[in-house]
Amino acid sequence: MLVKLKKTLLDPIFNNNPITLQVLGICSALAVTSKLETAIVMSIAVIFVVSFSNLSVSLIRNYIPTSIRIIIEMTIIASFVIVADQIIRAFLFEISKQLSVYVGLIITNCIILGRAEAFALKNPPLQSFIDGIGNGLGYTLILIVLAFFRELFGAGKLLGFTILPINTEGGWFVPNGLLLLPPSAFFLIGFIIWIIRTIKKDQVEED
Amino acid sequence: MLEQYLSLFIKSIFIENMALAFFLGMCTFLAVSRKVETAVGLGIAVIIVQTITVPINNLIYINILKEGALTWAGLPDMDLTFLGLITYIGVIAAIVQILEMTLDKHFPKLYNALGIFLPLITVNCAILGGSLFMVERDYDFSQSLVYGLGSGIGWALAIIGLAGIRERMKYSNVPEGLRGLGITFIITGLMAIAFMLFSGIQL
Amino acid sequence: MEINSTKNIIKVAIGVCVVCAVLVSTASVVLKPVQKKNKKLEKLKNILYVADLLDKDKNIEKIFKEKIQPAIIELKTGKELSKKNYTKILNPDCFDIKKLPYNPKLSVKIARKKDIAGIKRKSKYMIVYFVKQEGKIKKIILPVYGLGLWSTMYGLLALDDDLKTVSAFTFYEHGETPGLGGEVDNPRWRKLWKGKIVFDKNWELKIEIIKGKVDVTKNDAKYKIDGLSGATITTRGINDLVRFWLGESGYGTFLKKLREGGVAG
Repeated sequence: MLVKLKKTLLDPIFNNNPITLQVLGICSALAVTSKLETAIVMSIAVIFVVSFSNLSVSLIRNYIPTSIRIIIEMTIIASFVIVADQIIRAFLFEISKQLSVYVGLIITNCIILGRAEAFALKNPPLQSFIDGIGNGLGYTLILIVLAFFRELFGAGKLLGFTILPINTEGGWFVPNGLLLLPPSAFFLIGFIIWIIRTIKKDQVEED
Repeated sequence: MLEQYLSLFIKSIFIENMALAFFLGMCTFLAVSRKVETAVGLGIAVIIVQTITVPINNLIYINILKEGALTWAGLPDMDLTFLGLITYIGVIAAIVQILEMTLDKHFPKLYNALGIFLPLITVNCAILGGSLFMVERDYDFSQSLVYGLGSGIGWALAIIGLAGIRERMKYSNVPEGLRGLGITFIITGLMAIAFMLFSGIQL
Repeated sequence: MEINSTKNIIKVAIGVCVVCAVLVSTASVVLKPVQKKNKKLEKLKNILYVADLLDKDKNIEKIFKEKIQPAIIELKTGKELSKKNYTKILNPDCFDIKKLPYNPKLSVKIARKKDIAGIKRKSKYMIVYFVKQEGKIKKIILPVYGLGLWSTMYGLLALDDDLKTVSAFTFYEHGETPGLGGEVDNPRWRKLWKGKIVFDKNWELKIEIIKGKVDVTKNDAKYKIDGLSGATITTRGINDLVRFWLGESGYGTFLKKLREGGVAG
């Protein structure tokens, strides 16, 4: 039982990552990763929503009629997203301004609907909850790696603290402005996929 | 007056391109861009749904959800903006469903071409994003109509462009690990940088 | 019971709706006061910051009440709106710089030629803040905004009591390119503004942001400010919006009235 739970938790982080292998939930990965802080808040919000929506869907899985399945899932997800959005707006006001519409867009983050459909509908609550956390963490991993590189080399900072003193403020480091622009996230994800697939040959696509 | 709509239209297609400037609808953007043919189908479906949902959500927002919008019902202090998200996604899901049924019944040919893409659109963040941006920027009804159409066309343009490039990629020798998804990300990044050039245009 | 029966479908749908509605509404109702307070504090904090009155140990609302006096002015005449004429929209607590330009009754279209800040419409009224010390006006804070490269930039410009020396200038909201145009946030650049003169002795508008560095040996250095390197359009945007708001389409008439004595009316 425990071994199985552990596998449910760890599998989506490395072997079956939602972003790099399943191509899910990419929009937000690009828009919120120019700073580590926003990436972390976004990740926590996604973990919260995906785990609790998985749990709720799984709890009522035996009662959901197939014909209105999707809309029920969407309603549950949307409710949790609104709760997360309201909490962020109330307690993390500064960050909520930077995240703007992207918190709301968690609703259409396909990871969440995807997990509800593929896992929570068929599995008991505890496993679904763990699966949600696992997939949330897989998403987090990519977001944090991206934000780490983008903030460190784009602005010389991490979490707002100066790590590499940049030249416009009297330091020596010339920041790479491209990394702060959204397109750079595409390149970084592309390279991450390249690295993962070079190590794990079985993930290579036949073209 | 007309000039204002024209500039909003151009702006929403090129300068504020949903896919390449705001990175919305990326999942389907990357997954369904292998062939130009399917990309065109999905693109048209997005244009239709976007043009319908943004103005409808605009009406709902202005007349029901906005702070003070319920004055006509004797509730001037009501602020229902927190229900925005759930309402918009509900409207989108419903419109997609209705569209699917109407097409199936009256335009079976079109349904066969577009049908498989329609369910995908509910979870396309470009559609929900369009409604959210409409609220954030306080568009009125006619503006949101123009914005819906423009942003839909912009998204369609981007995915057709990407599909065109990917079809050509078949003839190139891509490193093993980059094949498929990896190289698509990098191409999209380059396209996004190209689209950034539009941002200097002031309308 | 049959899962896919109509009865069950309706039952489940209603059940889910009720549970979700309770969840969402509770969150919203419980958290609303905190959110409103945040929004208000944010506004006050920006004003106190540019007035150089921010004090970590003291309550923001208290300082604001003691030191700052908001006033609503009519841009065309430069007259202050008297308190008895305040309406639901036009009062210092609810004044919304972003929404007013879209209010058909309270705003006007700006002629294309005059619209150097790229904002298309402007409100007929604007809010300004007087910083008082012992009953005397020490500084005046003017909200300004205009188009940069990506976004509309919202800022606050504080002038000393001679009405021509810049005391501070900040942008509290913008979406410019981080690292390039986004450097409007850089404290080093903001400091350059302090002590610059916006009007010459004939009250001609002189302030200008130039490309590159200002030559400090020249006489007119006090009217000039370094541009942001690598951000031509943002720099031009700031230059234009400052000139727009200090000119006759903006606060020009009001400032003229103020230095000739008396705005009340």
